Amino acid sequence: MKIKSDWWKILGVVLVLFSLFQGLMGRVPVLPILHETIRNIYYHVPMWFAMVILFVFNAVYSIKYLSSGNEHHDNIAVEAANVGLFLGVLGLLTGMLWAKYTWGEAWSNDPKQNSAAIGMLVYLAYFVLRGSLDEAQKRAKISAVYSVFAFPVMIVLLFILPRLTDSLHPGNGGNPGFNKYDMDNQMRMVFYPAVIGWILIGVWVMQIRVRLLEITNQILEN
Amino acid sequence: MKKIFILCLLTFVVQWAFAQAPTAAPVEMADLLRSSGKIYVVIGTISVVFIGLAIYLFSIDKRLSKLEKEHK
Repeated sequence: MKIKSDWWKILGVVLVLFSLFQGLMGRVPVLPILHETIRNIYYHVPMWFAMVILFVFNAVYSIKYLSSGNEHHDNIAVEAANVGLFLGVLGLLTGMLWAKYTWGEAWSNDPKQNSAAIGMLVYLAYFVLRGSLDEAQKRAKISAVYSVFAFPVMIVLLFILPRLTDSLHPGNGGNPGFNKYDMDNQMRMVFYPAVIGWILIGVWVMQIRVRLLEITNQILEN
Repeated sequence: MKKIFILCLLTFVVQWAFAQAPTAAPVEMADLLRSSGKIYVVIGTISVVFIGLAIYLFSIDKRLSKLEKEHK
């Protein structure tokens, strides 16, 4: 562990720990229906933030691969999608649990839930596509092109389509930004650190997976 | 390492001043849980789980670095 290059890993752990502690102990607005579950904002929403950032990595490194042909870029792209998908599944599951006790049903076919699920399927298809191609370079190239199209589709599904209709999920319908979340400024002081912390941890896991993949390839080649 | 330790310590001592304390609201919150202090047990459990996971990640990271060094 070198502090100079790995400080952000420690930062991520510290920020998430802070959000675990302050997220349970800090004051939250007293609201009907939500009650204490409003604290879920600190743990459910960061999953999606981290997922989006990892999918950004996936798209950027796919484009980089297409212009460079460097295998390392393809490795980053695939592991970013992998960790992003995992975080997305966690986001869906925590969302379902939360919805069960606030909306009444775990899955109410809400536009946000449906489009989030479709977004997950889009990235699941990325792995199906990769699995179906045997030749490494062809696999990397075709899946990189797919990623470039998958990313805007995911953004539209998660952040645009639900806003065009009415949704039970906060932050939808109209042009809300963050103002429509039932958050006050005290909560933001926990929420933003939590988001940054989970993004850092997501990127860290991705980095570990990339290194693992590359060392495995190296050993297999020798 | 000392600096980081102090940084970690300082991050946890955040508490906000609250000029207008809210009057007793009819909405049900987990006030009893917090006043009896048992919420700390939950925080303790969560922290143990998360710190454990973090240590696990760090150890994987370390082992990978070692492997990478050997294979260079």
